[in-house]
Amino acid sequence: MQTDSAGQTGLYQKRIPIFTRSVKGRFRRFKTSVLVLAYTVYFLLPWLPWSRLDAPAQAVLFDIPGRKFLIFGLTVYPQDVIWLALLLFIAAILLFFVTGLVGRAFCGYFCFQTLWTDLFIWIEHFVQGERPARIRLSRQPWNREKILKIGGTHALWLLAALWTGLSFIFYFSYAPQLLVDFFTGQAALAAYITVGIITPSTYAAAGLMREQVCTYICPYGRFQSVMYEPNTLAVHYDSRRGESALGRAPVRAGQRSLAERHEQGFGDCVDCGLCVQVCPVGIDIRDGLQYKCISCGLCIDACNTIMDSFGFPQGLIRYDSEQNLAAEKPTAPKLQWKSLKTIGYGAALLLMSTYLVYSISTRGSFDRVVNQIRQPLYVVLSNGDIRNRYQIHITNKSAQNQTYQVSSTGIPAEALDLGSLHEITIRPGHSGLLQASVRLPPELAAKTHHFELLVTPQGKPADARSETVRFDSPRQAE
Amino acid sequence: MSEQKSQSQTAQTTGHAWDGDLEEYNNPLPTWWVYTFYATVVFAIVYWTIYPSWPFGKGWIGGASSITYVNSEGETKTHSWNTRALYLEDMNQAAAAQKPYFDKISAMSYEQIAKDPDMNGFIISAGKAIFADSCAPCHQSGGQGVVGFFPNLTDDDWLYGGSYDKIHETLVGGRRGYMPAFSEVLGGEQIDQLANYVASLSGIGHDAAKAKAGNALFHGEAAACFYCHNADAKGRKDVGAPNLTDSIWLWANVPATAGNEGKVAAIRGVIANGLNKGVMPAWAGRLSPEQIKVLTVYVHELGGGQ
Repeated sequence: MQTDSAGQTGLYQKRIPIFTRSVKGRFRRFKTSVLVLAYTVYFLLPWLPWSRLDAPAQAVLFDIPGRKFLIFGLTVYPQDVIWLALLLFIAAILLFFVTGLVGRAFCGYFCFQTLWTDLFIWIEHFVQGERPARIRLSRQPWNREKILKIGGTHALWLLAALWTGLSFIFYFSYAPQLLVDFFTGQAALAAYITVGIITPSTYAAAGLMREQVCTYICPYGRFQSVMYEPNTLAVHYDSRRGESALGRAPVRAGQRSLAERHEQGFGDCVDCGLCVQVCPVGIDIRDGLQYKCISCGLCIDACNTIMDSFGFPQGLIRYDSEQNLAAEKPTAPKLQWKSLKTIGYGAALLLMSTYLVYSISTRGSFDRVVNQIRQPLYVVLSNGDIRNRYQIHITNKSAQNQTYQVSSTGIPAEALDLGSLHEITIRPGHSGLLQASVRLPPELAAKTHHFELLVTPQGKPADARSETVRFDSPRQAE
Repeated sequence: MSEQKSQSQTAQTTGHAWDGDLEEYNNPLPTWWVYTFYATVVFAIVYWTIYPSWPFGKGWIGGASSITYVNSEGETKTHSWNTRALYLEDMNQAAAAQKPYFDKISAMSYEQIAKDPDMNGFIISAGKAIFADSCAPCHQSGGQGVVGFFPNLTDDDWLYGGSYDKIHETLVGGRRGYMPAFSEVLGGEQIDQLANYVASLSGIGHDAAKAKAGNALFHGEAAACFYCHNADAKGRKDVGAPNLTDSIWLWANVPATAGNEGKVAAIRGVIANGLNKGVMPAWAGRLSPEQIKVLTVYVHELGGGQ
């Protein structure tokens, strides 16, 4: 925080533009492949066809008005919300698990803010050129070249942002139709509102705000810091090796080989500044581990390139742990997973993933809810029999029309009366209601507290599901 | 943090100095805040022109937006925006959404409605709403009634018949149940005998000798119970006289009374005092024919329909 003459602290700091230099290396390759994979999925998935009997031929379709999510062969209904809960739990635990091991890997490689910023920087680089050219362009007065290049960059950014917004809404309606509808003004208002929000926010977050989102807005980046352990692998500058006794020194005559430098007490860092130039959040990793670092590994690539060019060993900046760096005798960095925390998160992750897979793979072709009618709980009939009534809600989760039959166990077969509807045929994704009543003579009623109602899809006896229901009768007076 | 130091920010003052050196800091509102404020002012002006806003004379300025609805008299009205008109418009829309179902219902027979899963679902939801509005105050929310006051609609015993047509007739025209007070013509002993006889019909513990005498009274001209309750005591649905031989009790709260003495006493009370409270109002004119038809099927499907 800067202070001014009056001793007041300024709260607002103008953004210092960051012009990143592009770099080649292991981490850049990894980032690029994650980006390509993520974008392939995000932008192309809505266009993947998938034939269905009763719904649009789109592989992934979140049908909000129809209250169902179609995901390839799986149809998810609102009552399957437990899957969403599991998925969110797994995502959270995965974040904790990974962060404890290798730091903010999510931020550096997978976060959509990082991915879109990467894309926007790539567009900027494509139009305006490498870092020095971009700096020169930003400093030069407004002329034809600057207007064209800066304007072109922003136009491409907006286009990318617009397509991001469009791709998002494509998940919610049949994409080919929606695309046409959108540009002919016939799409739903929600589509325009959604695109109207996502387009400018993508443009602002990935084009204008960039690292400020991570530094000032995003809570995840901050709370991941508390998950770091002394043995967590993170992007570190080996200051012992880099600074040595006399600090960094540029390569010049007499300080060219490692042997010369070590003899004179200089560190291995040649102070080329490349690690700072490539950093998308504009920090100097040599200042140590800091909250702004999104752990993207680009400075490792940059430093390794330089080390290679001078024939110095790689890894002056590397993934390592604070513990190892501070140790008497540093060893080769390795994953430290043998802690209760990591194993616990791993176990939770495994357990919940297994449960999610199990839950999805053993889902039934229908849902049923049996409600006993409680007003009144029981009725005394004219011959003294006791009757209880039940409403059976059946939801057809399969892809075809299906007829369901209801039977009972634990009571005489003739006791179950299904009234005027003996079976019900339900369209895919719809629900139906059967009213059942059970009539027992008083002696049997007094002994019966529970019985089972069995719902069987016609022709699929293996899919039958039973439900234990209560049977109520008057308490015997006297 | 070198770049931050290059940006000098000095604290503003109001520019006036008192006593030579006494200055006052000026902390202007943030620009974004000020412009947001201006935007809210613009929003308010736009809002005034669209929605009702200012009191004016004895009324108010209605604003540009209006709501058109059809009121209960069938007149089309247009009113400046207000929540009451909005409610009526919503009701119009709901009625329009229900209309296809009601149209279908008036064209279908009761049996067809009961056997159509879609219609059945509609009956259960729409019927429940109408029942809750119009019937539940007496017959209770589930149709279980109140012993001593309102008949149970979910059992299999009907005073006036449980077919679709009979239920419909009851709903349209209402019913008036009546039983004379026999304390005017019979002595206490005779009423006790009758009560024991009625108890014997349902297998309740009773005095056999009294019941025998009661039997004679029941079928004789002195009490003449059989006129309405029939010689077999199973009642007459055309006059709404209940079946006395089954386990269902409406007027005398026999099931909840403890001890045979008490049960007989409860029956005695009904015979002595008679009944003039079995009144079911007529719903024709208060509910539409389609609503009555929905209710007919709904009540029939409560479990006791015949």
